[in-house]
Amino acid sequence: MERITVALAGNPNSGKSSLFNLLTGARQHVGNYPGVTVEKKEGYCTHEGWEIAIVDLPGIYSLTAYSTEEIVARHFLLEDKPDVVVDVVDASNIERNLYLGTQLMEMSPPMVFAFNMADLAKRRGLVFDLEQLSRLLEARIVPTVGNKGEGRTQLLDAIVRTAREGRKPRVHQVQYGDEIEEELGRVEGAVSRWEGPLAGKYGSRWLAVKLLEQDEEIVAKVGHKEVLDAVDRSVRHLRGIFRDEPEIVMADRRYGFISGACQETIRNSVERRHDASDMIDAVVTNRILGLPIFLLLMYAVFWLTFTLGKYPMAGLEWLVGSLGTSVSGLWPQASDNWLRSLLVDGVIAGVGGVVVFLPNILLLFLAIALLEDTGYMARAAFVMDRVMHKIGLHGKSFIPMLIGFGCSVPAIMATRILENRRNRLTTILVIPLMSCGARLTIYSLMIPAFFAPHWRGPVMWLIYLVGILLAVACARLLRLTIFRGETTPFVMELPPYRMPTLKSILIHMWQRGWMFLKKAGTMILSVSVVLWVLASFPKPKAGELAGLTEGQSRQVALEHSVMGRVGRFIEPAIQPLGFDWKIGTALIGATAAKEVFVSQLSIVYATGSEDDTEALREKLQANYTPLVGFCIMLFCLISAPCSATLAMTRQEAGSWRWAAFQFIGLTTLAYGITFIVFQLGRIWI
Amino acid sequence: MIERAVMEHSQIRRLSAVENGEKVRLVRVDAGRDLNRRLASMGFVPNVQITVVSNSHPGPFVIIVKEVKMVLGRGVAQKVLVEPEKSF
Repeated sequence: MERITVALAGNPNSGKSSLFNLLTGARQHVGNYPGVTVEKKEGYCTHEGWEIAIVDLPGIYSLTAYSTEEIVARHFLLEDKPDVVVDVVDASNIERNLYLGTQLMEMSPPMVFAFNMADLAKRRGLVFDLEQLSRLLEARIVPTVGNKGEGRTQLLDAIVRTAREGRKPRVHQVQYGDEIEEELGRVEGAVSRWEGPLAGKYGSRWLAVKLLEQDEEIVAKVGHKEVLDAVDRSVRHLRGIFRDEPEIVMADRRYGFISGACQETIRNSVERRHDASDMIDAVVTNRILGLPIFLLLMYAVFWLTFTLGKYPMAGLEWLVGSLGTSVSGLWPQASDNWLRSLLVDGVIAGVGGVVVFLPNILLLFLAIALLEDTGYMARAAFVMDRVMHKIGLHGKSFIPMLIGFGCSVPAIMATRILENRRNRLTTILVIPLMSCGARLTIYSLMIPAFFAPHWRGPVMWLIYLVGILLAVACARLLRLTIFRGETTPFVMELPPYRMPTLKSILIHMWQRGWMFLKKAGTMILSVSVVLWVLASFPKPKAGELAGLTEGQSRQVALEHSVMGRVGRFIEPAIQPLGFDWKIGTALIGATAAKEVFVSQLSIVYATGSEDDTEALREKLQANYTPLVGFCIMLFCLISAPCSATLAMTRQEAGSWRWAAFQFIGLTTLAYGITFIVFQLGRIWI
Repeated sequence: MIERAVMEHSQIRRLSAVENGEKVRLVRVDAGRDLNRRLASMGFVPNVQITVVSNSHPGPFVIIVKEVKMVLGRGVAQKVLVEPEKSF
């Protein structure tokens, strides 16, 4: 079995991810997103006795040091040196797509081009002389239609054959014109002379090209002053001749090379017409209609999530409940076995509480995948940009925020589409204010307990609205203070509208839903166990429990435990918010995962079994006013995001500092606002 | 100052001033390195043809460069300098 590594590179919107899915099928590390950049998306497949590891690089326009995605992709290509690089190109706009190709070619890896979306190109009337083009690019070219599954075998054949041939020196290099070539020669000489090891690793010509482009990352790697001086002289000389930066001229020459190659090999038999895409856009991005259309679509998305989701949710609830009962039934009735308690009250109640929300979340992600795959998202980002700009964010920020309504974990990961670090951090920090699916458990419990039927809808909307408004306010504040600075200029590609395939939408939906499940499986599971321990020990002496019902015994046991004691301890601090120690206990549990709030509360109120929500609601109604009920929801909305979210913040923002800042900031904000609402409410209501 | 003189004497103007449906050619991008680079990698190289699809005030600024449709912020459009398409 020969083993090779293949890198998939290409522009965003080139259909690269569909191709990746086509090649690797189910054998991939899921947990990443199409069109949204990730460090490594790896998969495997076998072909003709070869074992092929495929790495899907982030979608990039070029290999400069402009954005983290480009740096990550470049890093992989240079350091990991894959055996074959496949450049996935959108065949219906070749010229722009091949720009990346020329830069890849300069690194001289063995290459294969996948001319993807070949069906679209055909429909546009494009005719390719692939043989000739292949000769000019010195690489095999395979037409593919990623989302329909065409071209897989041919692509794998090409990959394998190219791998066998190995690295070959190029005959046709992009020629940058006499003046630049002369300076390149000079820089190459200096590099070979003074930076031998670097030249050996990256190739002296490639280094020279990057140095003339004044690529920050490469310049930083060069230590010798002689080389830097030579580069400086060359750059200044070229600046003088062209009255422009050398890198711009070089970009131009690359396009020239592409243009020349294409003119010889591609015929366009159909003139580009005002197609349907333009007409749709005229409506959808219209200043007057654009925003209402967008809001309507958002409303439809949420309606879908909440109403359709009800049925599978009820089903799952029943499933989790029966699982609890059957596991419990494995032990004789009324036995006080710690393992049984751990499994039923800790694991099944904790994780089950989360899993129940999977349908809701999947539906949301399905809707988002649909919007993305049809191409509407790019337009929506534009429509939202005007609003976002006022709070100091980029239009694209709204996409992660939308995902945040399902689960903060994939939402934070989605912020990778934001190029500006300040924008990105701001968005990451405020995402938890987008009321997530887990908090829904709390609202579902609280709202019917305290509010009459015709109030319930409005109260729910009010909570969500408060979250959104706070997010806007916080983002604004952050951008005016800590993250002050320019937003990235708005430049965004508008891919043509297309009919998405059911398969691709489902895959995209599942990739994000999986993140939510993984969070349940890992973080929430472990935290549920920890909480169970804190809530079960120390146990009260047998004497104290004499004569009590099962529910009452549990109540006493909780009060006696670590959790109960901590709850009592913080009671004075939360009293100004209208909370008591029982709520305090539940809130502590909620820092682990929001869903835990409900199960903790049901234990505290000794309602016998966690599923008996009506009984719990009655108890709540008896003990608290609607104002307090509202304050509880408010506090849960704003305060500390769950442990999984914090972990993700740490991962994407780069340090624990940001996660801590998020935790402290949001909890303080929650305390402050709930305090004000409660105190004012007490006076007025 | 020099720029104004150049603009007065040739037909160079800002992309933001180009009308719907017009085709022009890029002269230069008058911006910092990052934006310049980004635009260059997306096809904005000297002499490239730019077709303005939509430039209604108010509304998005939509163009086609190298067969790809894009939206530009108004601020960006102002920084792109173009000249008329030469007809032969």
